[in-house]
Amino acid sequence: MFVSSAHAASTTETTVAQAETPGADAHGTPGADAHGATTAHTETGAGHEKAVFPPFDSTHFASQLLWLALTFAVFYLFLSRVVLPRIGGTIETRRDRIATDLDQAARMKQESDEALAAYEQELADAKAKANSIAQTARDEAKAKAEAEQAEISAALEKKLSDAEASIAAIKDKAMQEVGTIAEDTATEVVRKILGGTVDRPSIAAAVKSVRG
Amino acid sequence: MANDPIHQFHISQWIPLHVGGVDLSFTNSSAFMVATVAVASAFLYLTSSNRGLIPTRLQSVSEMAYEFVASTLRESAGSAGMKFFPFVFSLFMFVLVANMLGMFPYFFTVTSQIIVTFALAVLVIGTVLVYGFAKHGFKFLGVFVPSGVPAPLLLLVVPIEIISFLSRPISLSVRLFANMLAGHITLKVFAGFVASLSAFGAVGIGGAILPLAMTVALTGLEFLVAFLQAYVFTVLTCMYLNDAVHPGGH
Repeated sequence: MFVSSAHAASTTETTVAQAETPGADAHGTPGADAHGATTAHTETGAGHEKAVFPPFDSTHFASQLLWLALTFAVFYLFLSRVVLPRIGGTIETRRDRIATDLDQAARMKQESDEALAAYEQELADAKAKANSIAQTARDEAKAKAEAEQAEISAALEKKLSDAEASIAAIKDKAMQEVGTIAEDTATEVVRKILGGTVDRPSIAAAVKSVRG
Repeated sequence: MANDPIHQFHISQWIPLHVGGVDLSFTNSSAFMVATVAVASAFLYLTSSNRGLIPTRLQSVSEMAYEFVASTLRESAGSAGMKFFPFVFSLFMFVLVANMLGMFPYFFTVTSQIIVTFALAVLVIGTVLVYGFAKHGFKFLGVFVPSGVPAPLLLLVVPIEIISFLSRPISLSVRLFANMLAGHITLKVFAGFVASLSAFGAVGIGGAILPLAMTVALTGLEFLVAFLQAYVFTVLTCMYLNDAVHPGGH
């Protein structure tokens, strides 16, 4: 704060105002002491100058307004021309990039979903086809087996009935022959034991009665 | 000087400059305005220079500031208010960086000068008035007539609205100025206690612990206030600009 003594003369009021604030005199510092002229001036002016609280000291208002206007104008121009378009552009670019990336991801996901659906469709088709082929093959084999079985069983039935018929014929024939054999045997037995001739019709009658 | 809590607000001339009897000297205040602009510009310029798609840490700080102010303005004044974005962003950054620079010991706090905050507030209200009348003509006076109020009450409400409108530049500037001023004085007073107490030997040093802790706590609080006041200034600016954009929107 303490201006050079040469300059102090031109800003008398300011210097007085500054030096008179509470404590400025009580806590004299080396800096203040060094400027003997300033201190001396303060003491002489102390009697008839009221202390001004520095922020309300209007002697510096013009200077502060000028420099504020200059610096703020420069700041505003620099920000609005250079910095803000740049930051805004960066943010905008990033937002666009994220949006396009998200779009691309969504598109890829859709594509993969479609591919998955197509694959599942094909898989289902192939399964159905395999099922129908297997079914057909099974049906055919079953039909063939049943037909063969029917054929074989029919042949067997026929053979069986033929066999039964021939057995019956043979049995009949054998039964008839049993009678003649018995008559012959009886005739021979009677002739051997009794001698002489044997009445053939009575023997046949006897055999017949024995056989029932 | 060392213990004077007011000393930090003194303005000292660095380069004397008098034009037609008006003192336009380059002072410590001017120097810190330049420093504020330089620091803020350099930070924003350098951190945004690589335009990385994936932001670096500092780049995301400047982008956060951008998005923060943009969303505040859009919420208050709608997308029509976005034409004021560079202005509001400049205000926010200027006040914020000025407040933060003021937190350095021995640094001058630009926003502790009532004339500076008042000039910024007048700039805001002036923008509202000029844009409001240029855009809406006399319809802009609808700002003073809240919708849905019965006619007899308007006799009472309209003067109140006018007074509240006129007090805006004062409240806007005094709020920022008083907060910075009071905070810095308090900080200085407590820090001064530490220095004066420790001059009384061992007992004094023991007693100085309390104001020291207080100073540390207040420093933290002052950083909060420095940010908060910049934010409040910005939010109020956005709300006032909303009047200029939508004069009937009460």
